[in-house]
Amino acid sequence: MSVVKMKINGKAVSGEVEPRTLLVEFIREHQGLTGTHVGCDTSQCGACVVHVDGKAIKSCTTLAVACEGATVTTVEGLAKGIELHPMQAAFKEHHGLQCGFCTPGMIMSAIDIVKRNGKNVSEEVIRRELSGNICRCTGYHNIVKAVQAGAANM
Amino acid sequence: MENFNYHRPATTTAAAALMKKGKDAKYMAGGHTLLPTMKQGLAAPTDIIDLTAIKNFSGIKVSKTSVSIKAGTTHMEVATSKEIKKAIPALAEMAGKIGGVHVRHKGTIGGSVANADPAADYPSACLGLGATIETNKRKIEADKFFTGMFATALKDGEIITAVHFPIPKKSAHQKFPNPASRYALTGVFVSQDAKGKVRVGVTGAAATAFRATDIEAALSKDFSAKSATSVKIASKSLMTDMHATAAYRANLISVLAGRAVAAAK
Repeated sequence: MSVVKMKINGKAVSGEVEPRTLLVEFIREHQGLTGTHVGCDTSQCGACVVHVDGKAIKSCTTLAVACEGATVTTVEGLAKGIELHPMQAAFKEHHGLQCGFCTPGMIMSAIDIVKRNGKNVSEEVIRRELSGNICRCTGYHNIVKAVQAGAANM
Repeated sequence: MENFNYHRPATTTAAAALMKKGKDAKYMAGGHTLLPTMKQGLAAPTDIIDLTAIKNFSGIKVSKTSVSIKAGTTHMEVATSKEIKKAIPALAEMAGKIGGVHVRHKGTIGGSVANADPAADYPSACLGLGATIETNKRKIEADKFFTGMFATALKDGEIITAVHFPIPKKSAHQKFPNPASRYALTGVFVSQDAKGKVRVGVTGAAATAFRATDIEAALSKDFSAKSATSVKIASKSLMTDMHATAAYRANLISVLAGRAVAAAK
């Protein structure tokens, strides 16, 4: 066991972890931030996507010990009080979810896509770059619409 | 996933010493092959030596004649490098087609080349461009590097530190991605240098990446898409799996080589 320290959603946190503890376990079970989901646990579905040092990554395929000193943002870190992040608001407005399980990962990936591609990101780029996020309900059309609308408001 | 000892050395020397000391130690870079393999119980190393904190382990340097990429450089960094896009656009495009965004944020060139997955993209670029793989001990030509399925010329404990790609006159990469994993069902990297020498690297089709020498010969005489597609590749030594037969992959090699020639710039 070793102590790992990082910043999650602006707050300094630390905890004792085993080397094999995944970042997603640290976030969910040690920190109680259950907005980040575990879908497939095989690096495919993207439900566990968070931002580490500004980059969207799969927290089920990242060791917590390797995030020593990192800055992490989860879906809980997006809203300002009761005011939703523009991307969250766009998912609500455009019905970009049905069961909602993939949504935290979708939103974290969507924000990363806009950061790298700008507000006017094309539908083609959104579809290509969401390839690492799987949704089994919506058929993606409303997710893509939501990302485009959210991008414009970011 | 079984437990292990975790190390995060700051130098390749310290990493190599840890490797020697560990009973069954493994190097890890992005971890996007090793960690899923460990979760499945297919690997259970006693020690993981995380290479990502090594100083000066990532970075891109472009000269008049070559592109040098340090081992810890991520696929995203290669895909978005303005210098690489200018020098070898096909290499940046290829890196941009590996996995998804999250994989590209973590996966590294050194990890991909060292792992030598039969369907990974970088081996085709290494062979198709005639790269040199530099380690903490020596330099190895790509032609002598990939020796079998997940097998390379690397000796125990040897660490890739950089990959050097000569800049060709023109090149292109084409792949038929597996729709689920984005690994190459078959991928082809074609280049032609200033002297007219052609190289064709193929991945995803056999146990290891290889050069399609028949297509190289045809393209050396006539660098045209038709010249590439008219070569019939023997399917005997190619892979058959749930996704495609050997004959299908053999056909893909000629078809993709033709598309690459047409797209080469």
